[in-house]
Amino acid sequence: MKKSEKHKHAKLIYISKRANVSLSMQIITRVIALALALVVCGIITKVLSGENPFKALAIFFEGAFEGKRLLPTIHELAILLCVSIAVTPVFRMKFWNIGAEGQVLIGCLATAFCMLRLGGKVPEWALMIIMSAFAILAGMIWAAIPAIFKAQWKTNETLFTLMMNYVAIQLIEYFLKIADKSGSNTVGPELLNHGWFPKLFGVQYLFNIIVVAVITVLMYIYLNYSKHGYEISVVGESENTARYIGINVKKVIIRTALLSGAICGIAGLLLVGGYSYSIDSNLAGGRGFTAIMVSWLAKFNPITMVFTALLLVFIGRGADQFTQIPKYGLNGDFADIITGIVLFFIIGCEFFINYQIHFSHRSKEGKQ
Amino acid sequence: MNVATLLIIIRRAILMGTPLLFGAIGEIITEKSGNLNLGIPGIMYIGAISGAVGGFVYKSSVVYVDPFLAVFIPMMCTILGSLIVSLIYCFLTITLRANQNVTGLAITTFGIGCGNLFGGSIIKIIKSNVPFFAVGDIAKEYNKPFPFVEYLPEKTPELIKILLSYGFMVYLALALAIITTLIIKKTRIGLNLRAVGENPATADAAGINVSMYKYVATCVGGVIAGLGGLYYILGNSNGIWANGAFGDKGWLAIAIVIFATWKPVYAILGSYFFGALCILYNYLDNIPITFIPLLKMLPYVATILVLIIVSLRKKRENQPPASLGLSYFREER
Repeated sequence: MKKSEKHKHAKLIYISKRANVSLSMQIITRVIALALALVVCGIITKVLSGENPFKALAIFFEGAFEGKRLLPTIHELAILLCVSIAVTPVFRMKFWNIGAEGQVLIGCLATAFCMLRLGGKVPEWALMIIMSAFAILAGMIWAAIPAIFKAQWKTNETLFTLMMNYVAIQLIEYFLKIADKSGSNTVGPELLNHGWFPKLFGVQYLFNIIVVAVITVLMYIYLNYSKHGYEISVVGESENTARYIGINVKKVIIRTALLSGAICGIAGLLLVGGYSYSIDSNLAGGRGFTAIMVSWLAKFNPITMVFTALLLVFIGRGADQFTQIPKYGLNGDFADIITGIVLFFIIGCEFFINYQIHFSHRSKEGKQ
Repeated sequence: MNVATLLIIIRRAILMGTPLLFGAIGEIITEKSGNLNLGIPGIMYIGAISGAVGGFVYKSSVVYVDPFLAVFIPMMCTILGSLIVSLIYCFLTITLRANQNVTGLAITTFGIGCGNLFGGSIIKIIKSNVPFFAVGDIAKEYNKPFPFVEYLPEKTPELIKILLSYGFMVYLALALAIITTLIIKKTRIGLNLRAVGENPATADAAGINVSMYKYVATCVGGVIAGLGGLYYILGNSNGIWANGAFGDKGWLAIAIVIFATWKPVYAILGSYFFGALCILYNYLDNIPITFIPLLKMLPYVATILVLIIVSLRKKRENQPPASLGLSYFREER
């Protein structure tokens, strides 16, 4: 008796995958999710700070886009975008590289090492080339180690790359201890005083922004219009299919991971050589993890990523401005809570884009 | 290094290892159901801050701190806090079938944010000059040894005295590790749980309620991990909450899961070993300061080596659950 009731109940709702989802439907669902997230964030802001949510939103916009704060926001967007672009090709083949943080940091380390050891000994242009090469190489090595084990022995890449992050962090700590005998936690511009990337047209950060813009466009072309990009997609969809049509899966995994590591290395290079001119173990600042969410939210499309990255940077910069106002009594971690809530809603709304819920009326008919 | 230092190291290593052990047991239960919960660091943070806030509110609202309530209230707050976040994770990954890595990382971001925001608020409320707040009275109850320890004979070896000197949470963690092993290995529930983690489609066909197992395993795992966060504050730090002090310990707990090859009993050894590595540099004389980062790197390198060796040897019982990290869609088989 009880079982048959349960049986009926199970059939009340069933779920099926949507065949093809129109773009407008996708956008509408996401906008609704974002609106709901805003409502929840507004309530939380009201509870925590007592401020009218609309005014809080205005302060967020001010913090992200107003006057002097605009350029750093764009730069922040560029760096986050760079890391997101880096993790995209490996994610497309379902290689869950969560080690971007470590790959960026090791790129930073290689750059700082070159600046420290070669600065002043070789011409500036030569130093820039050498440090770029080293940063890219370091990122590639950091990504290649887990990839080789994944390709050869199917070692779990998620856990492997996660651990590599902390090895990289401690390597930087080691470098700091050696480079600066005073025992401080950063090595700053006084020591790393060579190999700074030029200010293009007198605009700070413009060099970084242009480099990232070029990488983004190239990656879009690579993924969508090249043979390699096609191979990545096939491996991601089904390894067996890939093998069957003659794709060397191991080669594709390692090659793609090398590409991913190289771009992470570039992100590290830009951070040290074109932005901070200093190094500490927190320089990547969690961007390696945020990039995973940015890339996933954009469905691994480099162009869409500009917008998803902008959303997260907006929250970060806005909350930064908001929490600087002392009367609210909040600290910088407020940004993380808002980011978390917005992410929950966007992650959740994917379900309604990909699946359709059917309400079966059979049980009602049964009663009659 | 003499015997006295060694004993201190053992004492501190177990204090530091216990939060990791809670985290590792929680993550093992979760992963056995096929959910790779990367939100564990965030959940431990939430567990820590809810317990600390609960204790703080209780302590500030009464004159006399009742020993039972001092233990009970923070623990309930921790359980409630970590349960709510675990449910968010479950709802997103199991019901809404979202990507586990992305959801887990979002939970971690959210959890660490919550911890530091509320920690920071309390520090501001009490207008503290120092960047932390303390719930020492509460911590005292958590660190009280069992009453019979006082009556140990004089001649008891120092090591045994130390091993019996902790509050109840250390032994609770050990008991949980053993109980979890027994449940996973010896009971039908454990068998079903492993089936869900290895191959949910088969488990579903055999009539196991896959979603329910995943929900319960992830929530129980989350709550246990949350207790780890609580013990870090009340046991290891003596009730002092400082923003960011918990650091990346949550990731260490995930490392221990791999190190222990998904076996809670091995996780005991793993946690104490990692705990020792975390504090060892405080007690080593004559080592150059440059070596400390290399020492701190050891747990992660060891974990990588275990991961590699496990995958090279291909022994069935040491592998991660086969469907780890994948959502289960019944309609997509």
